[in-house]
Amino acid sequence: MNATAESYTTEDGRTIGPVVMEMKNITLRFGGVEAIKDISFDIREGEIRAIIGPNGAGKSSMLNVISGFYVPQEGEVWYKGSRRPSMRPYQVAEQGIARTFQNIALFEGMSVLDNVMTGRLTHMNTGLFAQSFWKGKAEQEEIANREVAEKIIDFLEIQAIRKTPVSRLSYGLKKRVELARALAAEPSILLLDEPMAGMNVEEKEDMSRFILDVNDEFGTTIALIEHDMGVVMDLSDRVVVMDYGKKIGDGTPDDVRNNQDVIDAYLGVAHD
Amino acid sequence: MAKPLTRADGPQSVPALLQRNATQFANAPAYREKEYGIWQSWTWAETHDEVQALALGLMNLGVNEGDFVAVIGRNRPYLYWAMIAAEMVGAVPVPLYQDANAEEMAYVLGHCGARFVIVGDQEQVDKVIEVQEGLHQFEHLIYLDPRGLRKYDHTTLHQYSHVQDQGRAAYDEYIKELDRRIAKLDYDSTGVMLYTSGTTGKPKGVVLSNRNVIETAKSSSEFDGLRQTDDILAYLPMAWVGDFIFSVGQAMWTGFCTNCPESAETMHVDLREIGPTYYFAPPRVFETQLTNVMIRMEDASPFKKRLFDYFMAHARKVGPSILDGKPVGGWDRLKYQLGELCIYGPLKNTLGFSRVRVGYTAGEAIGPEIFDFYRSLGINLKQLYGQTEATVFITAQPDGEVRSDTVGVTCPGVELKIADNGEVFYRSPGVFVEYYKNAESTADTKDAEGWVATGDAGFIEEGSGHLRIIDRAKDVGQMADGSLFAPKYVENKLKFFPNILEVVVFGNGRDECTAFINIDLTAVGNWAERNNIGYASYQELARHPQVMDTIQSHVEEVNKSVAEDAMLSGCQVHRFVVLHKELDADDGELTRTRKVRRRIIEDKFHDIITALYDGSKSISTETEVTYEDGRKGSIKATLEVRDAKVVPVARKMAAE
Repeated sequence: MNATAESYTTEDGRTIGPVVMEMKNITLRFGGVEAIKDISFDIREGEIRAIIGPNGAGKSSMLNVISGFYVPQEGEVWYKGSRRPSMRPYQVAEQGIARTFQNIALFEGMSVLDNVMTGRLTHMNTGLFAQSFWKGKAEQEEIANREVAEKIIDFLEIQAIRKTPVSRLSYGLKKRVELARALAAEPSILLLDEPMAGMNVEEKEDMSRFILDVNDEFGTTIALIEHDMGVVMDLSDRVVVMDYGKKIGDGTPDDVRNNQDVIDAYLGVAHD
Repeated sequence: MAKPLTRADGPQSVPALLQRNATQFANAPAYREKEYGIWQSWTWAETHDEVQALALGLMNLGVNEGDFVAVIGRNRPYLYWAMIAAEMVGAVPVPLYQDANAEEMAYVLGHCGARFVIVGDQEQVDKVIEVQEGLHQFEHLIYLDPRGLRKYDHTTLHQYSHVQDQGRAAYDEYIKELDRRIAKLDYDSTGVMLYTSGTTGKPKGVVLSNRNVIETAKSSSEFDGLRQTDDILAYLPMAWVGDFIFSVGQAMWTGFCTNCPESAETMHVDLREIGPTYYFAPPRVFETQLTNVMIRMEDASPFKKRLFDYFMAHARKVGPSILDGKPVGGWDRLKYQLGELCIYGPLKNTLGFSRVRVGYTAGEAIGPEIFDFYRSLGINLKQLYGQTEATVFITAQPDGEVRSDTVGVTCPGVELKIADNGEVFYRSPGVFVEYYKNAESTADTKDAEGWVATGDAGFIEEGSGHLRIIDRAKDVGQMADGSLFAPKYVENKLKFFPNILEVVVFGNGRDECTAFINIDLTAVGNWAERNNIGYASYQELARHPQVMDTIQSHVEEVNKSVAEDAMLSGCQVHRFVVLHKELDADDGELTRTRKVRRRIIEDKFHDIITALYDGSKSISTETEVTYEDGRKGSIKATLEVRDAKVVPVARKMAAE
């Protein structure tokens, strides 16, 4: 891989742009516990970047740092060429970063459509007053947002459950609805926290296809955490490997697969 | 709104009909499709523009007169337009089943030598690309939905909308030639070529002329009084002749609106939203709907359930008579109206049948109980009998003369005769031109005077003049003792039970009948759930002892009813197995229209059949299965063979 060039084209014809987000020497502590120890890596525009590692390696913490949920004690997050000050999660969302959760966090009592519409929140500007009368601008805005939501519903092939309350859906479908909600924000970076956890093979295949399609069709940069090594190796352009809060590998799936530290971490060699 | 349509010197081709509609009904809706959650619609004038643009684009790509243009995909207005545009430029549209696997697709594309293929999405594009090596005449592929196709090599691949754009750009260049080609079309030019699903052997390409399509559409529309303001839902495979006649033939002739669902899964919601006035479904769809209603009523509160049972019993008693306009007592009428308010109306609304004025079922015999259920609700469901070679219509039931055991009287312009062996022959303006590149089969099926063999055995009922079909002529046989063997008759009776999805009865030339049974996973699965019976797969549920007991009781009930018919009492099922896999078109056991292929099943499961006749209690077997993506695997199972009680026939006959 050419790390210095500004942008390059992958074997399957996708263009990977310059670095869009960079994590510099991030350290995150919870009291005495160091969840992340001095980790640096970058995410390029248009790529699928995976973060892998055994349980408790600090993957989800890393994702939470990116999404602004955790503020690291040390280190800097650079986004689109400038240093990002510490932010609230909604401010991060406004910057175009959307995410899904490891344990599904949907509004169970609401329909699929309403859930997807909540993803449009950052694109709604009319105030409380206009919304309560729902005339003119508020109405137009809702129609425009509904159009985007419907295109995403169509894209993820969940038309048949549009009006179904989320609580009645299967686990695999809920995951897809969560992806739909994140996509509704039209993010420039999409963070997926274990998108395939607990899925059967068929659901995993579907989800993989959707992730690739999203990346391909909308050009969305995707950072994902995943346990399933097979999936990660097939999907991603570059992989960061974490173990006990440290970065032990970074590179293409092939690089990582042959990295001795990674093999040790996964096969369980005794730590000193 | 509905203007009388003159027939003399009328339009002689489908494109000509489109031109007529674009002037006559310019602003009336012609097509609707639900997309992005909203019903998008096109008027006849807009439709004409879209079709013309595509036709010009096809000419721009080099489609010549006499070329074959294959169309593959789910029901979408764009694909209907593709068929009409193909005809406009003098080519022959050939719709294909979208669920056909690559191998089946390769056969049809190779057989007709399609130069152009128009498909719905990436899935179909991939299939065509997979087989294109072996197709010598194939040149261009046009797709509708660009999703996932951006990186494909676009030298011979084109996006539908781009083809239209190029057509619009080249308007001046090609419009004269296009008009010339349209003007050249007449009653004798080919309107469409449809491949029959074929219960035996390779599919055959049935060539239908404009005469076939338009004459049939005309007479059948008049028969049922179809109007320009009618609505239909187009959801059945586009490659099936019925869909072509309803969604293209009749729609063009009467000018009614064709509505396409959002996706196959949303069909029932879309059906409700559109509320078609003219509706067609094979018996299987009605069966599934009835099963779903019954399952949901099982879960309803006791009060609702009692209300439902009470009024449904009343509907069964007087509903069909009210529908047929026969005299019914005032009190019964009042009660029926109350039922309409409480049960029938809401139920019809849920099913999407509130506005149905003419409903048809065909393709297979429908269980009388299913048929009566819908009629008792006040839905004018009728039966028709037809086939691809007849451009659908042979017989149909006129309003007021509807019964579940006949298929009606001959349609206008159709003549019938019954051969000595009971086979039904017909002659009509809808009789197909020929089987494409298969003169031998054409000669076998159609004689010099234009009589066509249906392959079905039946008779014309005395008095009413209605045709009754017993079974496929080649399936009707004799038992060892010489009594009549009509498997379909017994199978249909069994299939009425919601728990049973598919049945194959054997017994030709044997002493007694036996059967293979497929359980209905929806119905039986629901029962298992309510009774806390765990199961991991179809196979496990199918061999559960309680399931076997239930099926056995169904078989015995049917035996009793079969025994009542003196002619067919020999067809009682003595022994049966519940199969370890669902019969599937992918494995070649059913046709794409889900008809049982007996010979193939007999071959494939010969070991189980042997066990059914040699008295063994169980049989271990291994079966090869094909998954949707073409991979193969195998299922091993040990099946239990059950004996069912039969009603002794000899004694009954003696008693009579």
